[in-house]
Amino acid sequence: MRQIKLARNILLGIEDLLLHKLRSFLTTLGIVFGVGSVVAMLSVGEGASKEAMDQIRKLGSNNIIISSIKSIEEESTSTTHSHMGIYGLTYEDGVRVADTFKTIRQVAPVKLIRKEGRLGERALELRIVGTTPVWFELVQRPVVAGRVLIASDDDERAPAAVLTEFGARKLLAAENTIGQSLKIGSDRFEIVGIVKSESGQAGNIQIPDQEVDVYIPINVARTYFGDITARMTSGTFEREMVELHQMIVQVNSIEDVEPTSKGIEDMLKRFHKKKDYLVSVPLALLRQAEATKRTFNVVLGSIAGISLLVGGIGIMNIMLASVTERTREIGIRRAIGAKRRQIISQFLIETVVLSIIGGLIGIGLGVLVPSLITYFAGMPTVITVASIVLPLVISFGVGIIFGLYPAVRAAKVDPIVALRHE
Amino acid sequence: MIREAESNSNAKIIHLENAQKIYQMGSSEVKALAGVTISFERGSFWAIMGPSGSGKSTMMNILGCLDRLSSGRYILEGRDVSTLDDDSLSELRLRHLGFVFQSFNLIPQLTVQRNIELPLYYLGWEASSSAERARELAEKVGLMERLHHRPAELSGGQMQRVAIARALANDPQIIFADEPTGNLDTVTGKEILGLLAELNKQGKTIIMVTHEMDVAAYARQRLHMLDGLVERIEGGDQ
Repeated sequence: MRQIKLARNILLGIEDLLLHKLRSFLTTLGIVFGVGSVVAMLSVGEGASKEAMDQIRKLGSNNIIISSIKSIEEESTSTTHSHMGIYGLTYEDGVRVADTFKTIRQVAPVKLIRKEGRLGERALELRIVGTTPVWFELVQRPVVAGRVLIASDDDERAPAAVLTEFGARKLLAAENTIGQSLKIGSDRFEIVGIVKSESGQAGNIQIPDQEVDVYIPINVARTYFGDITARMTSGTFEREMVELHQMIVQVNSIEDVEPTSKGIEDMLKRFHKKKDYLVSVPLALLRQAEATKRTFNVVLGSIAGISLLVGGIGIMNIMLASVTERTREIGIRRAIGAKRRQIISQFLIETVVLSIIGGLIGIGLGVLVPSLITYFAGMPTVITVASIVLPLVISFGVGIIFGLYPAVRAAKVDPIVALRHE
Repeated sequence: MIREAESNSNAKIIHLENAQKIYQMGSSEVKALAGVTISFERGSFWAIMGPSGSGKSTMMNILGCLDRLSSGRYILEGRDVSTLDDDSLSELRLRHLGFVFQSFNLIPQLTVQRNIELPLYYLGWEASSSAERARELAEKVGLMERLHHRPAELSGGQMQRVAIARALANDPQIIFADEPTGNLDTVTGKEILGLLAELNKQGKTIIMVTHEMDVAAYARQRLHMLDGLVERIEGGDQ
């Protein structure tokens, strides 16, 4: 019964508003643009952060990445002639990490070597990634052709190589590349598969991958190429010895990520004299990205909030004018027997209906604009349920808040004075 | 004896006792009603007359429950309404009183039907039954074919008929008419007064404010006011 009455009151409100179509439309304009900008901004913000989140998530939220870095001391001495830099993670570290923590599910060691590679006539500098089959599980790379590395490759020290799509393209490899032989340095490897290339390196999501990566079993990398790399830079011969360049650690659950990464950090600190390692957590990056997104949303939210405030004040102004204009009508209704709260609800319903209609138009606008942005500027935009429901709730709130004062003013009109009002 | 007293109080639909309405005008007080004691009987037709400033409009507002007394008592249908709050007075107007004004006071954006339905809307009637009632009343005042017109499309006389139909919608015991012919030509005015007299014959108590003698002649009793007091009463058995 109450609902029927409310529905009828809303219909009467709409009828009243339709009598002044232009005025009602102009009144809602502030809300239209306010809500429109909220929806549009939220969807642009959501799109930008989703892109970042997706890239971070690809790194695996259950993963911990330990990288070898040159310690500060090493940096300063490495310029000395014929010095050999020894730093970074060791094979022993790999075993120790895997054995110490019960929370760790699996570990993928990574060894990086730069070598020239040759496929047929084409020669390129390659980044040889020596790793285990586990790596392909942790850093998800879908297979494009052939297969990834398997345990037997590592055990039998098979000279198997997996290319990325990008690398295959650079090497001008064709469909029949699988099974061909890739010459790395002076050794021959059999190309067993091609995987999708990753845009961005672990922990560094902005720079697109420009390395030509070739994945080979880590034991093969050790026996063929050793741990010492030598490079000629500006006349000096630089030699480095690094056993492992990276370790990707997967823990059992998200809750284990932070305690385990702390434990690893502490353990490495004990065994390394210098700080020549870096423990990074994609989850932390995710958190950071989420925090950035929150800040972004607060900024956008306040801008949109101001426009909604302005819209609300606009509505209030028009409603106040409407109350003055309809003083006589209010007087008539009161004389007939309308109670104050019935007058309040009449005007309040009109304001709320106005602002919700404005909100709906605004949502339409706010959905249209991001799709135009995506179409013309190529920026990703995401419209979530929240980015539609929230502005609708807000416009309802704006209607109530800014409608209340004019409605109360209307109800305070003295019927005797109002009836004499011209 | 008791029965007689009861029927006597029942006969008095309105009773004012030493009614005073005092307005504060700056530092001085203006007594719009300076102590009026009077009773109106059920089914009577009164004209309240007097020059401007005599207190007849104030009298009307008080009797119509649009305003409250400063002191004294107002008994409406045996109930003391002198101290009721705004909501209760609204409720009284809604259920027991009807109003007809000089300037018709129809709501311009509503159709004739909607204007007539207005009291029923506040009474919480369902749409279908109030539409039925509005048609009935429009027929009674002879405006059946104007139901879907807006007030601006009607003549003055027609507007006043709509106003009367609206005043009758809640089936009130008392109808207050404030200069109901003030904006009408003589012929139309007579029609409207005839309609009021007809309603009075059907049992409605009618209280009309006017300053024209020939209009007041339609009433069965006349109350002349001067300076916030009853000057004299004409007609009836008083």
